[in-house]
Amino acid sequence: MIGPLLKIFVTNLRRDRVVQAMAFLLPVLFFSIFALVFGQQRDPTSKVSIALVDEDQTEYSRRLAKALSEEGALSVRTHAEKDGTGPLLTRETGTALVKDGIVPVTVVLPKGLQSSPSFGADNTNRVKVQILSDPSDPIAPQMVLGLLQKVGFTAAPDVMADQGMAMFEKYGGGLTAQQRAAVDDWKKELASPTASSTTQDVAEGFALPAEIVNVMQANSFGGPSTVSFYAAGVGVMFLLFSCSGAGGSLLDEEESGTLGRLLGSRAGMNGVLAGKFVFIVLLAMTQMTVMFLWAALAFQLPLASHLAGFAVMTFFTAAAAASFGLVLATISRSRAQLSGISTILILTMSALGGSMFPRFFMSETMQKIGLVTFNAWALDGYIKVFWRNAAMTELWPQVLVLSALTVVFLTLARFFARRWETL
Amino acid sequence: MTQALEVAGAAKSFGETKALAGASFAVRQGELVGLLGPNGAGKTTMIKAIAGRVELDAGSISLFGREVKRKDKRPDLGVVPQELAVYKLLTARENLEAFGALYGVSGPALKERVNWALEWSGLADRAKEPVKKFSGGMQRRLNIACSLIHKPRILLLDEPTVGVDPQSRERIYDMLAVLKREGVSVVLTTHHLEEAERRCERVVIIDHGRIVASGTTAELVTQALGATRVLAVHLAEPHAENAELADGWTSDESRSTLRVTVKDLVVDVPRRLAEAAGLGAVREMNVTGASLQDVFIALTGRELRE
Repeated sequence: MIGPLLKIFVTNLRRDRVVQAMAFLLPVLFFSIFALVFGQQRDPTSKVSIALVDEDQTEYSRRLAKALSEEGALSVRTHAEKDGTGPLLTRETGTALVKDGIVPVTVVLPKGLQSSPSFGADNTNRVKVQILSDPSDPIAPQMVLGLLQKVGFTAAPDVMADQGMAMFEKYGGGLTAQQRAAVDDWKKELASPTASSTTQDVAEGFALPAEIVNVMQANSFGGPSTVSFYAAGVGVMFLLFSCSGAGGSLLDEEESGTLGRLLGSRAGMNGVLAGKFVFIVLLAMTQMTVMFLWAALAFQLPLASHLAGFAVMTFFTAAAAASFGLVLATISRSRAQLSGISTILILTMSALGGSMFPRFFMSETMQKIGLVTFNAWALDGYIKVFWRNAAMTELWPQVLVLSALTVVFLTLARFFARRWETL
Repeated sequence: MTQALEVAGAAKSFGETKALAGASFAVRQGELVGLLGPNGAGKTTMIKAIAGRVELDAGSISLFGREVKRKDKRPDLGVVPQELAVYKLLTARENLEAFGALYGVSGPALKERVNWALEWSGLADRAKEPVKKFSGGMQRRLNIACSLIHKPRILLLDEPTVGVDPQSRERIYDMLAVLKREGVSVVLTTHHLEEAERRCERVVIIDHGRIVASGTTAELVTQALGATRVLAVHLAEPHAENAELADGWTSDESRSTLRVTVKDLVVDVPRRLAEAAGLGAVREMNVTGASLQDVFIALTGRELRE
């Protein structure tokens, strides 16, 4: 009895490519994507790009800057241009680089760093190295902090020793001539590039005063508006699902015969597609608005202060998503096929494009691959608006790409829709 | 006189399959014509070609003397598809208003046409209900009404009574008769031969993409069978499944009713009765005039539903 049933089910499975793809291809695809995303969050061979501002302009700060530049894990820029040209970076321009998402971290060596005591209980009087950071990348500032501690000693241990001895003399009294001579000998050894490992061990007991400073805006949830990322990420993914579902009404209308009736009317195929497009765009815009309104009400997302940027991104995102839904509907032969194709495509695009997992956590290679997806451009736009407070004019790359995608998708949809016009 | 619809040498192939193979027929204004044919004969392709949904490989289609190409608008044409092509979450009135607007009717004219369509289809008292709550027959009536909202002069109906109970079928034909009286030409495809015989002024029989006969039932009987009668013999028990029937006999699915056309009652009836008796005991017999079914079998060599 089970045998014939198995035969029926296996034959059905063998002939249903959508089910096969969902059962075997999709899990493998997702595993691969997540393995790439989570397995290579940081490519060990790639460098973290940082900016460096030297306000102190002392021997000590120059040595720190030089040591940081020589760190294999860092790519340090000190000038306005990446190639080392242009004016030296200032605190303001360095902050702007972080805010604009060009570098995740700007290290500021503040004025008075060399003369400020590095050790002691009086923490408020210490001049600290500042790591201006964008918390969208939580790894980079910690990495830079660690490297700063390292170079603080390996680059200028004699300076650190000077500061330590000064503190000692302040609270413990002056050194004898013999002690002074011994310390001088030790400092010479510290200043030598071939300092012994014992000396380095001793140096590890010190700490370079440094602090991580968040230069992005914050809401009551602590960090910058991370809520905006998740609202956009989840919103865009579900936007694609709802747009493909709405586009699928073409297939329902084909089955019910209403499509034939519509095609016989003055609307024609151009009118039908235009009507569908406008409707789905409005639906998608409403959906995103509801999502962001809820985020504003429940999670203090600063929607009101970013209304214009939100409107621009939502319009162009909705247009691209609507045209994408129409393409999927016009290439599908049935609702079941549409459902299978859209699930595979949308989940893949969402994983690669950062809807499920922020792209800035991914390796640079994966971030570049993600740019082939619709989601990545939409999310980048929303992040610019809500996270980086970008001006409207700065949204042009995202707007341009989303507009181009809309045109391409609509053209494809019109091409594939020809099958309904004539037999 | 200008024909309302004229199809000349229509040919259309889908790969190796010839759906239409040079079919020609015409419909006069205010005429109700039944287009009959077994499954795959080319009826739906013909309807779609007239509606502009199929590009003909050869031949022409003219509406009121004007040849129309596939992409030409057809404001004089209303097409009722076989499917229930209405939006089921919309009310009857909303459906009519939507399709009316899409077909270029607006303002007071639209309101007037919607009210007319609701009255004509007997749905006026249910106009504000979603279509999904309608019975199958009511949905069929609305389906037809939606095709009439722009006041076409020719109405094409593809199997308008399929899946409809006999009472609703009669109502639909009554509605079509009203249209005919108003001068609308009606062309319908159907599987119900007796309905076509009773309700259509003229019948066009299509088979293998060709028009094999056209005329009133009486004309078709004369053309196909001459002055013949049909002898029906009912056997007491079904005959053997593999029994060989003598020339001209057909047997129904139950294998207990046999039919054959006879010309000379005195000579042919006794001979044919003897042939039938060879298959089993004869319980009953009767002789009637030939029907459209007989004509159809004579012309196509098969039952309509084959």
